[in-house]
Amino acid sequence: MLRIACPWCGARDETEFRYRGDASRPRPRADAGLAEFTAWVYERPNPRGWHVEWWLHVGGCRRLLKVVRHTLSDEIAWVGVPTELPPSPPRSAP
Amino acid sequence: MRHLMSPSVDQERGTADGIPAERGRYSLWRLLREGLRGQRGWSHAWAKAAARPHYRVVIVGGGGHGLATAYYLASRFGIRDVAVVERGPIGLGNVGRNTTIIRSNYFHPHNIRFYELSLQLWEGLERALNFNAMVSQRGTLNLFHTEAQRDLFTRRANQMRLLGVDAEPVSRADVQRLVPLADLDNGRYPVLGGFLQPRGGTVRHDAVAWGYARAACAAGVDIIEHCEVTALRVSGGRVRGVETPRGFIGADTVCLAVAGHSSVLAAMAGLTLPLETHVLQAFVSEAVKPLLDVVLTYGAGHFYVSQSDKGGLVFGGAIDGYNTYAQRGTLPTAEEVAAAAVTLLPGVARLKVLRQWGGVMDMTMDGSPIISQTPVDGLLLNGGWCYGGFKAIPAGGLTTAHLIAHGAPHPAAAHFDLGRFASGRTLDERGAGPFPYLH
Repeated sequence: MLRIACPWCGARDETEFRYRGDASRPRPRADAGLAEFTAWVYERPNPRGWHVEWWLHVGGCRRLLKVVRHTLSDEIAWVGVPTELPPSPPRSAP
Repeated sequence: MRHLMSPSVDQERGTADGIPAERGRYSLWRLLREGLRGQRGWSHAWAKAAARPHYRVVIVGGGGHGLATAYYLASRFGIRDVAVVERGPIGLGNVGRNTTIIRSNYFHPHNIRFYELSLQLWEGLERALNFNAMVSQRGTLNLFHTEAQRDLFTRRANQMRLLGVDAEPVSRADVQRLVPLADLDNGRYPVLGGFLQPRGGTVRHDAVAWGYARAACAAGVDIIEHCEVTALRVSGGRVRGVETPRGFIGADTVCLAVAGHSSVLAAMAGLTLPLETHVLQAFVSEAVKPLLDVVLTYGAGHFYVSQSDKGGLVFGGAIDGYNTYAQRGTLPTAEEVAAAAVTLLPGVARLKVLRQWGGVMDMTMDGSPIISQTPVDGLLLNGGWCYGGFKAIPAGGLTTAHLIAHGAPHPAAAHFDLGRFASGRTLDERGAGPFPYLH
């Protein structure tokens, strides 16, 4: 069970949240080519390590959060609001 | 017989030179003869090999798909200069730990054709491999709970029958007869009926790894265990081989069959794949007397169950739902699976769960697998199996071997190429869009 520290609601169980995928890559500009958009829609770095991702707090404030989580240890290093940039690079895995 | 027909612990200490050459066929006659001779005549099922400096084909991953690919390369395409390199021992990954279901009840014609090829290969597998894989075509029964779901299942069954695959509608009364244990009168999700694929069923998963390993080894393939690939050597846009702690192994063709870790291996060649890694859990209950003789799936939640020959209920549900390489799984998902189990089968509520396991898998952007060449010459990918990897092993191996041998895709797997995402030919069985956690 993950515990995610929502900036508005405090630490809550993962069952209150819904996962919304990779948050590391910005949308390409409207005039970007097909290859760039294909990569943005379909390709994922899928790291075995630190991962920046979206979580929607559906069972709470209903806001979208940006979370930095380790995909092997499940440790959460940082939780922020969508406009924030996560600290870079996150500290190494435990 | 299990301990006699599988590689023994003694082999851990052996080398390629130390393995007895004699590997006779298994037969009833031999079983009787060994019974009378104190079981002393059995030899190792397959030999552990030391790596040679170069192979025509190196397959990374000694799971079901890697071993099957090696077997079909050697037996059907005459390519015997093949090595399978595996990080741990073979058969300890997803191939040995799943819910063992085989079926071809898909909707998209490309998927039906591929999984039907697999089902037909399962039907002849034991004869081809001379290995008892306990293929049991006990039927897979999918339940529906609403009128809309009935239409959807009828459409799917019709699609299958148009392509010559068996599918039968099952009335509510027949569901009750087939599965007396099921509660059809749940207030929220009553069972209205089901659809049955009589040729679906289960296979002994460990035996699949051992059977393919034994047959591949007999055909001349080198199986190299405890040999982790740490890097792919690529130069001039072409793959040259794999780096391992045991040294560099050169290859004309390198095939990745490491579903769950495809992205990690592909990244070694600078590739980013259209998939995410997620964990799927499986559960086994304590053994009980026979109470379920079909593979049963629940339509109001994600839940599937069968009973093993030992008596345990083997069941599972949905993926945990977020990127992870942690092979464990979390309790909220276990609770959801248990809730579906007791909703459909109230009688199992007091059964104890004996084992739980979480395995990581490639969840692709359209929920369908990838058997494809890659932008790196000579580097091929067999992956993206989502939930469907086990039942796909024979066809996955055969079509991947075809791709390696001919340089062109097998007709049954031609739509599983990496290029389908850019061109919009995605095979989205569920209609969920490019969100792996929804497939």
